[in-house]
Amino acid sequence: MKQVKKKKFFRFLFFVLLLTAGFSLFAPPSVKVVAQQPTPSDDDVNAIARKLYCPVCENTPLDVCPTQACKQWREEIRLRLAQGWTEEEILQYFVDQYGARVLAEPPRTGLNWLAYIVPPVAFLLGAYILFRAMRSWRALANQPVEAEPPVVEEKDEYVSRLEEELRKRG
Amino acid sequence: MTENSNETLTPAPRRSVPLWAQILVWIGLLGLLVILAIGLLRTQQGTIQAGQVVDDFELAFFDGYDYNGQETVNLSDLRGKVVVVNFWASWCKPCEQEAADLEEAWRYYEPTGEVVFLGVDYVDTEPEARSYLAKFEITFPNGADRGTKISQYFRIEGVPETYFIDRQGVLREIQTGPFQSTQDIIEIVDALLAEE
Repeated sequence: MKQVKKKKFFRFLFFVLLLTAGFSLFAPPSVKVVAQQPTPSDDDVNAIARKLYCPVCENTPLDVCPTQACKQWREEIRLRLAQGWTEEEILQYFVDQYGARVLAEPPRTGLNWLAYIVPPVAFLLGAYILFRAMRSWRALANQPVEAEPPVVEEKDEYVSRLEEELRKRG
Repeated sequence: MTENSNETLTPAPRRSVPLWAQILVWIGLLGLLVILAIGLLRTQQGTIQAGQVVDDFELAFFDGYDYNGQETVNLSDLRGKVVVVNFWASWCKPCEQEAADLEEAWRYYEPTGEVVFLGVDYVDTEPEARSYLAKFEITFPNGADRGTKISQYFRIEGVPETYFIDRQGVLREIQTGPFQSTQDIIEIVDALLAEE
């Protein structure tokens, strides 16, 4: 009796698995389909582009610059990436072609060092001046206020005479 | 007690910044101001002025372009000739407006050997530059402004810009923006050729 029940159970299980397999064969794929990115992707290109500035459109990083010149530069980056160039090689290529001024981060040479040294030095100097100023203000605030000598009121001559007259009459 | 209170009343001696540090800070500040002033003056200078001798520069030509069979040219090699230096770019629409006029003027003067046209491609990518040259059938020597050195020397303010250099290497005329006709170019070049 037990054997028959077991057999029935396995037969039921077999049918369930078969049905599941059948449905999965004809069911639409549940994988999310997205638009294919060009190779190399825009993200790859922009990762390098944001380290460059086109001299035509100063102050606009290459990755967000809308001009035709910048579009051409981004395509140049894509082309070099597709050819297997590294980021350093591409940046160097742009420096060779258009000069070091295209780099977002100026190379650490010559007067360019000022861009790296001046801001932190100015910040530290400012902090030091502020610290000294605050210390002197605090010292002034902590100084006890010396008691002022009592002010001796000098009676007005007219008031004195008036009082004297009142006393006489009163 | 009174002594103590007197002590507290005495103000702490004020430590001043050493003199050498003060001098150093002032020198630093002055230096920065000088650099800033130089930078501002440079940006406000505009293009180089007519009447000054143009410094030597080297232009390497695109493949397929040459001057007397050479792949590069130095301005100093062109003394005795009238030189027309034209800055352009493939992304520049006004440049397209004058491309045909420049080519026509070049073809007019080329047989004389008295005039040299140099096309300097500014901040461009080579494939697009080549397409542009092919599209307008430009035949006069053209090359990229490598490192933007030439354009920085001329302090160009945009493209197109054209500079006319006389036989003595002196800058004589500057055309900012596109030419309206081939005749405009010819008039300037003829005037320079007429000079001894």
